[in-house]
Amino acid sequence: MNYFPDEVLEHVFDFVASHRDRNAVSLVCRLWHRVERLSRQRVFVGNCYALSPEILIARFPGLKSLTLKGKPHFADFNLVPHDWGGYVQPWIEALSNSRIGLEELRLKRMVVSDESLELLSRSFANFKSLVLVSCEGFTTVGLAAIAANCRFLRELDLQENEIDDHSGHWLSCFPDSCTSLISLNFALPLETLQNILMRAPQLVDLGTGSYIHDPDSETYNKLKHTILKCKSIRNLSGFLEVAPRCLPAIYPICLNLTSLNLSYAAGIHGSELVKLIRRCAKLQRLWILDCIGDKGLEVVASTCKELQELRVFPSDVLGVGHAAVTENGLVAISAGCPKLHSLLYFCQQMTNAALIVVAKNCPNFIRFRLCILEPTKPDPVTMQPLDDGFGAIVQSCKHLRRLSLSGLLTDRVFLYIGMYAEQLEMLSVAFAGDSDKGMLYVLNGCKKLRKLEIRDCPYGDKALLTDVGKYETMRSLWMSSCEVTLGGCKTLAKEMPRLNVEIINEHDQMEIGSEEQRVEKMYLYRTLVGPRKDAPEFVWTL
Amino acid sequence: MSPDLPKSDVSSGLNFKETELTLGLPGEIGRGTSSLIQIPGSSSAKLTGTKRGFSQAAMDLNLGRSFSVEHDDSACEQSESENEDLSVAKPPSAKAQILGWPPVRAFRKNVITKSCHLVKVAMDGAPYLRKVDLEMYNSYQQLLSALEEMLISCSTIPTHPTRNYLDEKKLMDPASGVEYVPIYEDKDGDLMLVGDVPWKMFVESCKRLRLIKISEAIGPDPRTPQQSASCTS
Repeated sequence: MNYFPDEVLEHVFDFVASHRDRNAVSLVCRLWHRVERLSRQRVFVGNCYALSPEILIARFPGLKSLTLKGKPHFADFNLVPHDWGGYVQPWIEALSNSRIGLEELRLKRMVVSDESLELLSRSFANFKSLVLVSCEGFTTVGLAAIAANCRFLRELDLQENEIDDHSGHWLSCFPDSCTSLISLNFALPLETLQNILMRAPQLVDLGTGSYIHDPDSETYNKLKHTILKCKSIRNLSGFLEVAPRCLPAIYPICLNLTSLNLSYAAGIHGSELVKLIRRCAKLQRLWILDCIGDKGLEVVASTCKELQELRVFPSDVLGVGHAAVTENGLVAISAGCPKLHSLLYFCQQMTNAALIVVAKNCPNFIRFRLCILEPTKPDPVTMQPLDDGFGAIVQSCKHLRRLSLSGLLTDRVFLYIGMYAEQLEMLSVAFAGDSDKGMLYVLNGCKKLRKLEIRDCPYGDKALLTDVGKYETMRSLWMSSCEVTLGGCKTLAKEMPRLNVEIINEHDQMEIGSEEQRVEKMYLYRTLVGPRKDAPEFVWTL
Repeated sequence: MSPDLPKSDVSSGLNFKETELTLGLPGEIGRGTSSLIQIPGSSSAKLTGTKRGFSQAAMDLNLGRSFSVEHDDSACEQSESENEDLSVAKPPSAKAQILGWPPVRAFRKNVITKSCHLVKVAMDGAPYLRKVDLEMYNSYQQLLSALEEMLISCSTIPTHPTRNYLDEKKLMDPASGVEYVPIYEDKDGDLMLVGDVPWKMFVESCKRLRLIKISEAIGPDPRTPQQSASCTS
């Protein structure tokens, strides 16, 4: 290909969109590496500590869109102490000091300060899109800066972040006419919902916050009329406080909705949810609470034939009661929604038989995350472990990339996963397995494994140390409440200098020098830049 | 490379099979075994089961039994049956709160649990109870409308939205003419008539709701349906 001018190569590479493919392209030869990196606009950094901002900027001077992820996934469930890290400030500083014309920033599980948001809003004239998922550290002051300074903002997506101040005043910082705004995904308080809708009638994504309680109020009527004008809305979410009698306000747009998130609407009864969903025949994505029940899921199955992604969350998050969905709901969905490829399902129980049926009905799963609320719960009918059920899933779903296990599981399920889950990239395991063999089956068998996160399983140093080279082919490994020891982790760190092996030593449990003591939390990841300099005291990098 | 087992373990005749803890109910064999892990480099076999959050929490959890395993070496010789003898019987309903379980983001947990004041609603003559979230309503009128819709009217019968409940907090079943008076149980356990205190105060103190048939409420002189003209549309 030496006789093609660079521009031609670049044009060809334009058709190569996915990160993975572009990464592959860049490995072909020096020429391709150079052309690829100079033309690359979108970069995905799965672990902000794997490289430095300087490396990123040097390699991709044409960067326009950056995705950054910080804390390990289990940080979402309070398994990682505060102040662990994941600060976006150094990245924004470095980018703003460079010539990069950043237009989009997507952050997940990172610490974002108001200072960072202000710097961001002032540094990039063409900034268009900010997505913050499960982040923390900022308040509405930072958001006000974004609203006020980013003249070309098209998308502001705030999902499940810990924001310290919930006042809606910052929303008035949006200019009078946000004709560029097409996506506002966060909990909008009602008073401002009306205002925003009037300023940005072309909105495609909309989050609603405190809804209203009284269908006779003037605000409600105004809202109803405004929504009628927003025919463009395709994605609706929020509903943090909604009185069921006010749901009819949304009915006019239901038919066009492709994405609906009702998973915060704890106050809406299953029957009301069902009434709403019956009108949403074009839904591709549905997030809902389990109070919809198995019967409600049957309605979803018969109504939403285009459904691709379903998430059923527990309404009883303290886990002390009974969940409202069982294996029956899932089987109904699998039978009725042939396009389903992503699932997150919190349920009270699951059977092997049901999983086998689901596997047969839906061989196209890419993401399959099942959470049986009671750990180590067996198949309630046969009292057997769920090895065979999950085995059927991995055997049938040849494109499975993400899997989360739960229920009673022995080493056998990992044998199946190692054998069949050839495309598996991320595996989450809790309270499962009998011995080191389980983990080894997975490490040996899943060639494409990138992230492995394990909690409360009996895997020790033998599992950890058998194939140390594997970890350089992966993004990260998390092990908590397992059987790995300090000595084992030290050995690993010594043999693999390009990994950061971090021990989280909360509450000063660990003593230096005592090799046999168990390590409560270990997080290791490959990196180009060695031990991080912002690690807090309780994080030891071995 | 995995370290060899320390010789002391071999010589002590440690039999791993015997030391396996099962997750099954006592008496069941061969189901989901959980073997104890040998710590390489340690001079003696240590039972590490109890150090695992798993064995403490998961086994305490609603499995109807819990294994308490000792830390010292003598525990290694225990067989399966001895493990059962050791088991401290815990009530099946005792559930340990496991850190980070269920795997739901803190944001979501806060949203679901906050401002959700669910109370049971019992209606005389109804075979089962319902639940309402008092936070959903701003006034007695809204609450009573909702209760009426939920418990009394059929969904096909339209309820009148402007019914006045200010003076008479009663509900009526148009089909039968039976009237109900809403009462509630407050924090002190007393039965109170709904409507006497300001709404917010009511929401804070209400523990459960009940709709009682008016004949029971008033006593031996029940009102006739005609006198409840204000309840009809």
